[in-house]
Amino acid sequence: MQTNDLINALKADAAKQAMPLGYAWWVAIAAATIVAAVAFFVLIGPRPDFAAAAHTLRFLLKFIVMLTLTVVAFGLLRVLSRPGSNVRGVAYWLVLTPVLLGAAVVAELFVVPTDQLLTVWWGSNVYVCLTFIPLIGLGPLAIFLVALRHGAPTRPGPAGAVAGLLAGGIAATFYAAHCTDDSPLFVATWYSIAIAGLVVLGAILGRRVARW
Amino acid sequence: MNGDAEKELATLLRAAIAGDEGAYAAFLGRTAAIVRGFARRKIVQGGVDPEDIVQETLLAIHMKRHTWISDAPVLPWIYAIARFKLIDAFRKRGHRVEIEIGDIAETVAQPEAETVSDREIGRALDGLAPGQRSVVAAISVEGRSIGETAEKFGMTETAVRVALHRGLRSIARKFGRS
Repeated sequence: MQTNDLINALKADAAKQAMPLGYAWWVAIAAATIVAAVAFFVLIGPRPDFAAAAHTLRFLLKFIVMLTLTVVAFGLLRVLSRPGSNVRGVAYWLVLTPVLLGAAVVAELFVVPTDQLLTVWWGSNVYVCLTFIPLIGLGPLAIFLVALRHGAPTRPGPAGAVAGLLAGGIAATFYAAHCTDDSPLFVATWYSIAIAGLVVLGAILGRRVARW
Repeated sequence: MNGDAEKELATLLRAAIAGDEGAYAAFLGRTAAIVRGFARRKIVQGGVDPEDIVQETLLAIHMKRHTWISDAPVLPWIYAIARFKLIDAFRKRGHRVEIEIGDIAETVAQPEAETVSDREIGRALDGLAPGQRSVVAAISVEGRSIGETAEKFGMTETAVRVALHRGLRSIARKFGRS
């Protein structure tokens, strides 16, 4: 087949158009949030003292940190799914979450008495955290991988990893409403490990799923 | 100038997305020339046919044109896709060397394979389901319109469009697979 022959075929197929990628991402994030919310309310639900906890700084900080992660990961994933866009400019924002969390950890180390550090770090929900953040994030990750497939990631592996990061951010935001361990020490350690699991899974699947 | 080419291509692609087939053909023709130059510059050692890269890139651009934002520059988008397809072709070539003998044996065993085009895309076209293959071939190689193709095969125009779209999608997927 000559190149002009191919152009004949492509031209004749011009009317068949897919959903613009920009819209597709908003559909994906809406669907992922709903799926994560359903999983959260069915599996664990918010903690009983939610209203009282909402007035404490540590509790609110969990949401600030996880929502920051979610927003940055969403922006980066959109850029990664589009050939020729400026990835680096957006990728820099990834440091925002570790910086926020790092500052919170330092403050916590000053505030909490040394003999209690181990207790707040280990908390009482380690296994719950390590189980339910990945579990709530699985549905969103699947949705984001489908959206990535719809896009055109020139680096499918890293794009899949960021899909996992975004799924983790959403899952952790919901999970934070359940967990009674509010110390930044707990969040920095166990949330990170749980989210990292989704990142690795996303990287592996992205390389297979998002080929084009 | 690069700026003029950029503006012209963006205008053509915008018109194409709005439904102008002529603008789309012009866009693809100009893009083919750009990618051809790019591929010839990058392929210095041989092993990969630049025209294969041109065709795979055009097909990828077609299947992924919804990833272009209408106010974003179009040339970086085209080059990124071409680069991705070029790297992919080199990677695949590395794999293929091992199965070359098997390929030759098969070609010898089936005399009809000799008539196919030597291009990768011709081979992929050959792997389509018979219905899709004849529709895609009629429109591409024979240069028939949707209407003429529908008449030739006694199909509705909608059925021809669907067969064409599915055929192209399946060729694109074949290239995407490792």
